[in-house]
Parts: sequence; C-alpha cells; structure tokens
Amino acid sequence: MQLFRAFLLRLFTTAITLSGVAVIVFFVIRVVPGNPIAMMLPPGATEADVARLTARYGFDKSIPEQFLIWLQGVVQGDFGTSITSNQPVLGLVLGRLPATLELSIMALVIAVFIGGFIALTGTRNRGTSVEAAIDVGNGMALSVPDFLWGLVLILLFGVLWPVFHISGRVTPSLDLPFTTNFYLFESVLRLRFDLWADIVSHMFMPALALAIPLAAIIGQLLKQSLKETMHLDYVTLARTKGYGENHVILREALPNAILPTLTLVGVQFTFLIGGTVIIERLFSYEGLGNMAIDAVINRDLPLIQGIVILFAAIFTAVNLIVDLSYAFLNPRLRHG
Amino acid sequence: MSFLAIKGLSARLRDTSFPILRDVFLSVEAGEVHGLVGESGAGKSMIGKALLGILPTSIEITHGTIELDGVDLLRLPPAERRRRIGATAALIPQDPLTALNPSRRIGPQITDRLVDILGWARSTAEARARELLDEVHIPDPVRVMRSYPHELSGGMRQRILIASAFAAEPKLIVADEPTTALDVTVQKQILKLIAEMQARHGTALLFVTHDLGVVSKVCQSLSVLYGGMVVERTTVRDFFREPAHSYSRALLAATPKYTDPLASLTPVPETVIAAVQAEVAAHDRSQRNG
Repeated sequence: MQLFRAFLLRLFTTAITLSGVAVIVFFVIRVVPGNPIAMMLPPGATEADVARLTARYGFDKSIPEQFLIWLQGVVQGDFGTSITSNQPVLGLVLGRLPATLELSIMALVIAVFIGGFIALTGTRNRGTSVEAAIDVGNGMALSVPDFLWGLVLILLFGVLWPVFHISGRVTPSLDLPFTTNFYLFESVLRLRFDLWADIVSHMFMPALALAIPLAAIIGQLLKQSLKETMHLDYVTLARTKGYGENHVILREALPNAILPTLTLVGVQFTFLIGGTVIIERLFSYEGLGNMAIDAVINRDLPLIQGIVILFAAIFTAVNLIVDLSYAFLNPRLRHG
Repeated sequence: MSFLAIKGLSARLRDTSFPILRDVFLSVEAGEVHGLVGESGAGKSMIGKALLGILPTSIEITHGTIELDGVDLLRLPPAERRRRIGATAALIPQDPLTALNPSRRIGPQITDRLVDILGWARSTAEARARELLDEVHIPDPVRVMRSYPHELSGGMRQRILIASAFAAEPKLIVADEPTTALDVTVQKQILKLIAEMQARHGTALLFVTHDLGVVSKVCQSLSVLYGGMVVERTTVRDFFREPAHSYSRALLAATPKYTDPLASLTPVPETVIAAVQAEVAAHDRSQRNG
C-alpha cells in the first residue's frame, strides 16, 4: 500500500517534470533566431510560398497557441510531423531510441567494469604505488571530456592501428534480418554472432569514449568508500574469523560501500546519455543524438521537441531505477 | 605449557618508530581468565589485536613471538596464520553497533566461519548457531537469524557477538572492552553472560578493560600495562590484597568505590607516573644498548 502510494507520487512528479521540460523547450526553440521555413525552401521562393508553408506548420499562430495545439496532439500520442522528413516525430524518435539505448547501456557496462576493477585493485593495494598510479590515471581520465577521448580512440584504433570501425552502427553492405532496431540485442537472440561482432566493433569505441570519464568517477568514489569501510569493526571481525583480504573486500566491504556510488552512477549516467549527442555525431552513429543535431541544424522544431521530451523521459526513468535498486540493496531502507 | 605465550613482543609505529609495545611477556593457561588493564593508550588492546592479526597497518611488530597452542603465529605464512587464528581464537568486539555487517543477515554472520573456514555443513552450522543463541538467552533464535542487525537492540547484538565468538569452540577469546559501549544496566548482564559462557565452554579469556571492578569479578589473573610495558603480572587475589608495583597501587586507589560512590576520586599521583615513566625510559635505554 505504502509502496503503491510512493509509486503514484513518483508518477505525479514525473509528469510535472516532463511538462516543465516540454514548456521550456517549446518556448526556447521558438525564441532563438532561425526560421525553419526558410531552411526548407529552395532559393527564389516567393513570399506567398513562405506564407503558405508557415501556415501549414502553424507557425503563423502565437507561441502559446502553438503550444496548446502541440500539447493537444501529445496527449493523444501525436508529437507532430518532422519538417525535414515529413514523417511523424514519434516514429522517427522511437526508431532511433534503440541505437542510443544500446550505446548508453554498453557504455555503462564498460564503465562499471573498468571502474569496479580500478576500485577493487586500488583497495587491494591501498597505500602503495599502485594506488598512486590509479589516482593519477583517474585524474587524467576525468579531466579529458568524452568527445576528446573519442578523437583519441579514433586516432589510435581507427587510424594508427585500425581494429575497430570508426563510423556508423553496422557495415552498410550487410544484410540485416532484424525486426526491431535493437540490433545488438536481436543479433544475440537470433544467434547471428557474425552480425553481433560487426555491431560491437562499431559500438565499442563510442561506448568506450563515453565510458572512460564515468569509469574514472566510479573508480574514484568506490575506492574511497571501500577504503573507509575497510576500517570498520565488522570488517576487522571478519579478519579474525580467518578470512583473507579478497574475501573481506568483496563480501564485507563492497555491499556497504557500493551504495553512495550507486546514487552517483545514476546521476552520471544521465550525463553520459547527454554525451551521446556529440559522440554519436563524432562516430556517425545513427542514434537519437545524431538526429538531435540534424534537427537543430535544420530548425526542425517538432523533431527537437520530441527528442528532448524523450531524453527527459529517459532521465527520469534512470533516476527511478536507481532509487529502486538503492532500496533493494540497502536492507535498512527496504523495511522502513 | 601455557595455551597462549607471548614472549618479548615489541611493536612500533611504522612511520615514527614510536614504541607501542615494549618487550611484552604474557601467558594464559587453558581455561584461564586473564585481565589486561591500563589507562587509555597503555597498549592493552594492541596485545589482543597483535595476537588476532588485526593490528592497524600503521603498526609493525619488531620482535617477539606469539605462541598459540604451541605454534608461533608470527612465523606462519599469512594465509595459514589467518586460518589458524580463525580456528582457535575469537574476538568479542567493543562496540556491538558497528561490529555486525549492516547488509548481511545475522545467521550467516554467525555461521560463516564454521562453513567457510572450518568446513562444516551449512545445516550443522545453523543448528549450532541456534543452540548458541539459545545459550546467550536470545528468544526465538530462528527469527533473529533471519534479521538484519538494525532490527535488534545493542544488548541483543552484543549477545549475538558473544554467541558468534563461542561458535567454533575456540580455545582462546579476546574480549576487547566488551561492555564499554553498552548502557550501564546492560553492562552487568553482558559481563555475567561472558563469565557464564566462559565457565560452560572452558575457554581461555583475555579480558581487555580499564575497569578494575570488572577484573575483580571475572578474572583470575591480570597484567597491568603502562606505556606498552607490562609493569606487573599477578593473580587477582594478590593484586587486590597487596599490589606489588607502585603504579598498580595508585591505579587501584584511583578506582571509584561502589561502596562509597560519593568519595572524591584519587588520581594517580604524579610521582608515581614519573617513576613508571622512568622505568619505561630505562627499558628503552637498555634495548638500545643491548
């Protein structure tokens, strides 16, 4: 019952957040300079052509009026029509969503593995030169933004030692039997490991570029809280029982040290998703972010709105998942 | 031969070489309850920690031997030493609120040593845990074993830690100020419980405390420490009748009397402190010259 009420409350706040985002993005992209109609028409179009198209997309009405019309469509599941491609925004956006989700989740998995490994190694070797080297490496990884890591990776593994694909989501000449756009996921389900390898080879570098800063954050924070936990009495008590260092770190310290890291990973993961915009552009990866940049360049207002709302929805979903897993991992919260 | 024999144990801070333990000799017979008393910083906890292999990493042992059941622990390879300590000794920690892992259920925290280190079957270990929780007067052991630490009171948790310490039938238990963190009303019960469990299981007990009242109730013998040095080792009977060392006498005089709680406290006189410090300094000189 209590859980149900918490859930309703959560749904309500989510709705408010999304409406707020909708209002802001709707007004801001109409206030900034740039005319979507002018972008569409060929040179030499007459005033009448402009007026006709402006009226067709409703840009002749006042902004609040436009907003109400748009909102009316949204509650019915109609996010409008993309100006550049003349297709429904919802379909376009949902078609690209799987690519970005797969990329973000792969980046997250890589970040958790690298970060976790860094933290455990650092804790195991605390106070030694190994830990010092880890701290230096973390600092470097953190001070370089993800898109620069992308460039570094392209240079290293795309040009100097070309082992990965540097562009696109899949080799264009391949015949894809997929029914959904979750290529990575579906290739596993269909046991098409040849395709899977090709997709991973395309995704790996953008995912790694996104993952490196997050891995450094995870490594740093988890190492810090592990080190603090290692001094606690129950860890010492476990040592007297005959357990060695590895066991003590993994079973006694890690489950308790992981909680603050988990909250941070949730917040940072939303930043990572934001980072996909530039990274996808850099690697010509056909995801939402790449689409967002095209939409902004072409002043495709309905498409921009749809993408931003979807990003906002993803962010709130990620936060919800973090909160739920927090309650699951911490027994003190589960009962209270 | 003594069950625990510590000979010439010296330890110091790694960074500054400041001595923490100075040539400590200590022996505890099987089934004996031995008190370690002294002021804060006298090194009494450090002896227990050294023998359990849980000294802070900032402290290093420079010489000496710690023989547990005839085997010098300091000479064993680390993994072997840990297993040996886990199988023959146990710790009753100071603060029950921090000594149980908050994210693990009580049951596994009692049975883990039996299963992982001693190789018992899980069901046998669980039966043993229930039996022990019963011995420490915990109602409904089955439910308690499924609980998390935060669901239990401090007194309950200390009982659980006592049960856990006795679980593997160790030959020696180090009780590190086991009542200090507890409420005064609970202190007495816990003390009684430790004495009761010790008598039933015949375990040797190294009782670290600053409370001479506690020593007079549970211990048979004691060592008085000052500055990491044992200044007197004697039986409890002799200690309370006629302590040999001037510092011991002063310490005894400084203990508040339960019979006369309003009497003003007598601090250890400065002359006595100066004398015992001189003794420590003399010891250090002889170490350097020898």
